[in-house]
Amino acid sequence: MDGDSYQSEKKRWLAGTYPASGEGEETFTTVSGEPVDPLYGPGDVSGLDYMRDLGFPGEYPYTRGIHPSMYRGRLWTMRQFSGFGTARETNERFKFLLGRGQTGLSVAFDMPTIMGRDSDDPMSEGEVGRCGVAIDSVVDMQTLFDGIPLDRITTSMTTNAPASILLAFYLVTGERQGVGFTDMGGTIQNDILKEYIAQKSWIFPPGPSLRIITDVMRFCASEVPRFNTISISGYHIREAGSTAAQELAFTLADGMAYVQAGIDAGMNVDEFAPRLSFFFNSHIDFFEEVAKYRAARRIWARVMKERFGARKEESLLLRFHTQTAGCSLTAQQPENNIMRTAYEGLAAVLGGTQSLHTNSMDEVLALPTEKSVEIALRTQQVIAFETGVANTIDPLAGSYYVEYLTDRLESEALAYFDEIEAEGGVLEAIEKGYFQRQIADASYRYQLEVERGERVIVGVNRFTHEDEKPDIELLKIDPSVEPEQIESLRAVRRERDGSAADTAASELRRTAEGSGNLMPAILECARAHMTQGEIVDVMKELFGEYRETPVY
Amino acid sequence: MILRGEKDTVRVLIAKPGLDGHDRGAKVVARALRDAGMEVIYLGLHQTPEQVVRAAIDEDVDVVGLSVLSGAHMTIFPRVLEMLKEKGALDIKVIGGGIIPEDDVAELERLGVARLFTPGTPTAEIIEYIKGLSPAL
Repeated sequence: MDGDSYQSEKKRWLAGTYPASGEGEETFTTVSGEPVDPLYGPGDVSGLDYMRDLGFPGEYPYTRGIHPSMYRGRLWTMRQFSGFGTARETNERFKFLLGRGQTGLSVAFDMPTIMGRDSDDPMSEGEVGRCGVAIDSVVDMQTLFDGIPLDRITTSMTTNAPASILLAFYLVTGERQGVGFTDMGGTIQNDILKEYIAQKSWIFPPGPSLRIITDVMRFCASEVPRFNTISISGYHIREAGSTAAQELAFTLADGMAYVQAGIDAGMNVDEFAPRLSFFFNSHIDFFEEVAKYRAARRIWARVMKERFGARKEESLLLRFHTQTAGCSLTAQQPENNIMRTAYEGLAAVLGGTQSLHTNSMDEVLALPTEKSVEIALRTQQVIAFETGVANTIDPLAGSYYVEYLTDRLESEALAYFDEIEAEGGVLEAIEKGYFQRQIADASYRYQLEVERGERVIVGVNRFTHEDEKPDIELLKIDPSVEPEQIESLRAVRRERDGSAADTAASELRRTAEGSGNLMPAILECARAHMTQGEIVDVMKELFGEYRETPVY
Repeated sequence: MILRGEKDTVRVLIAKPGLDGHDRGAKVVARALRDAGMEVIYLGLHQTPEQVVRAAIDEDVDVVGLSVLSGAHMTIFPRVLEMLKEKGALDIKVIGGGIIPEDDVAELERLGVARLFTPGTPTAEIIEYIKGLSPAL
């Protein structure tokens, strides 16, 4: 049936047959607030050209998946984000997770580590080891990976503003285990643009930040070829309240800005693009999420090929990690979060993710307990080994609704690209507060929908009962973590060779003043046991600090 | 609990103390209070307790709302209360929200935090609560 005759048949059905069973009172929209029709059919995807728009897995434009055999060749990496307290405690949690069948590591740092401050910095008070693990120097990093061979496991590190420093700590840790840089694999998030946009963990202004990032890209391209140098992240944009289309568009726009920065720094696109990776959210609206991942792959492949002239196939592939949506979880009836996470994890898998973190049910209340994180990991294993969804590639392709949504998200993203361009590009749009305002508006709209009861959240605004109290055990961070960490940090400063640290610091200062690559100098600082805060301070002196004008 | 009287609109300072950058909740609350007719001063991110207290006094606010999701609440809230006390400004009510376990909520309210709102609280409840602090509003 062609598109036109389908549309006239649909009109007939809508007027004649459909009203017989009627509709409820609710409005039918996605979680992003986009209207959903009662039915989709051939007329909604009549422009779709199979070879042009979908193609085969492992072939341009990769809509159906980046690998030829997808999960039949290798399942996604099960990578639970974890970290709390001291490096010693987190090392035990890592070993626990690996022992339960996890296949990659992902480090959650505490706020001081994320912000490039030492544990004894006045701003760190009360934050040490609270929402992640405290890492002050390479000594902590060695403890974190004690007994975990870095040539056998890949590690993702959620670090942005000071990513170059934590990468240096990690590389030196490997070096001291006897592992060469070329045998270490993993990911640093290193995505400062989305920090300015959404997560707000910045240190330096955009100019120096982009210099550090391009230095990391260049250094790793030749020295650490298995490391993903940026994980361009939509996750935090979505958690901050954006819609699916905004998450998709803003993330890819950031990606293009990094590619442009690399080219502007004199690199060939194919030199660094293969090591760019992505990180998306998996929210609760199942089909919208599946479509988002498919659209992302297609847009990226086209942009890289057509706009940036990439030649290498690896430069065209949008490889991504997914985390289920923290913001979809509820403090009320927290056990329900297990189900929410399962659907979100399923969407990520049906969308072709390369790795996945499934949230634990208690993460809305505290850091997860061993028990809850085990359930979250088991959820992935059930999806992988029991449901059968990994047996065939991109099984939702050809669904009228999914293909329609994939197209719609793609065109929404392209429209946002134009808007960002009109604002003067990503950096200028950040300075003008464009992204921040867009996200705040979307998040407020969503909140009002929830409060009016138009958007149902089970256990929060529907299906609640009186006097319910969460009845689950929570992980508590021992208050002695902070003084202990400060003590061991001071021991590092006391016991190191002071003149080696001074030499490394002056070399870093000299490099930062010039235009040389910062990475070798930062590695020397790490080897000399300089702390993260000290290294950041050297750079802050020259680079300055970023300040945001708050918008709400 | 009566708010300082003569003004006809309630003034609220919303801030994110500490290193935590998760400002979605703070912004939603700021906007909801503004839409409910209150005067809102949104101080933004990475504020020290000193900066919060100074701004609260300079801006002559009735209520300070702090959002903390990083687990540093047991350090930050008591510090703000202490400093308000030092400045003789305990008539300013301190409320808050974020990821705060139940036991800590009880302890902080005992220390003088007027009220803590945890995840899932409708903004209408926060608005009602603030209005309830002053019969004139």
